[in-house]
Amino acid sequence: MSTTSEHRSRLPGVDGLWVFIGFDAVIFALLFASFQHDRYGDPALFEASRRTLNFHLAGLDTLLLLTSSWLVALAVQAVARDDPRAPRLLLGGMLTGAMFVVSKSVEYAEKLIDGITPATDALYGWYFLLTGVHLAHVLAGTGLLGYTWRRSRRGAYRDGNRVVLECVASFWHLVDLLWLVLFPLLYLQR
Amino acid sequence: MRLMRERATMVWLGLMTATCVSTWVLSRDALRPSVAMVGIFLLAAVKVRYVMLDFMELRWAPVRARLFFQLWIVVVIGLILGFWFAS
Repeated sequence: MSTTSEHRSRLPGVDGLWVFIGFDAVIFALLFASFQHDRYGDPALFEASRRTLNFHLAGLDTLLLLTSSWLVALAVQAVARDDPRAPRLLLGGMLTGAMFVVSKSVEYAEKLIDGITPATDALYGWYFLLTGVHLAHVLAGTGLLGYTWRRSRRGAYRDGNRVVLECVASFWHLVDLLWLVLFPLLYLQR
Repeated sequence: MRLMRERATMVWLGLMTATCVSTWVLSRDALRPSVAMVGIFLLAAVKVRYVMLDFMELRWAPVRARLFFQLWIVVVIGLILGFWFAS
């Protein structure tokens, strides 16, 4: 277990990143509120279309992102302790992120084959917008995890030099927590 | 570093369990919609808080940062439930 003595009051990475994370979180909050406001106008239509969404697949996506976030959190701790398993943990985080991308691609393909597009109705307009913006975050985060994995294999984060890794990890956890709200908002609320 | 004994691992197990509960138990039609909604979104709030505090390491962040992000949870979940109960 970690001890509090290892952790002075500080934000991981650099302060500028946290301004970006806070800004991104506020943008998503506005999107969530706008979605809910639109749903408030016609809950029956939103509910009818929601029942055509694949919540089983989206539930598995949630488990994938949580696992990815966990592996990345462990990787940051491993680097801080010069544990040689850090590159493998980062690789696991990147691969689970990539699995999320594959799963979302399958879900989009299913919808498009069924003739469902963003123009189908209001729920699907929001579905493609919200999951699309989030997927762009996942793609960026997965790419950044790949970058940190390669650098960690070369020992770039030894000697306490882990600012870049902490920045990437913090962004990745943001991607995870945004999905934790987005998933029930779109797929589970009745 | 024993991975399975890390606090992050305990948190991850809790998050995975909570996700299974909200996805495959609370979403069932047998539950009253209001009970399901409150249960699902309160669980989501708790999950987000644990990700912030333990994965993002905000547990050891300056007070203002912790307040901002935890206020974000209250506002977002409050708005979602507020619109739902108003409709």
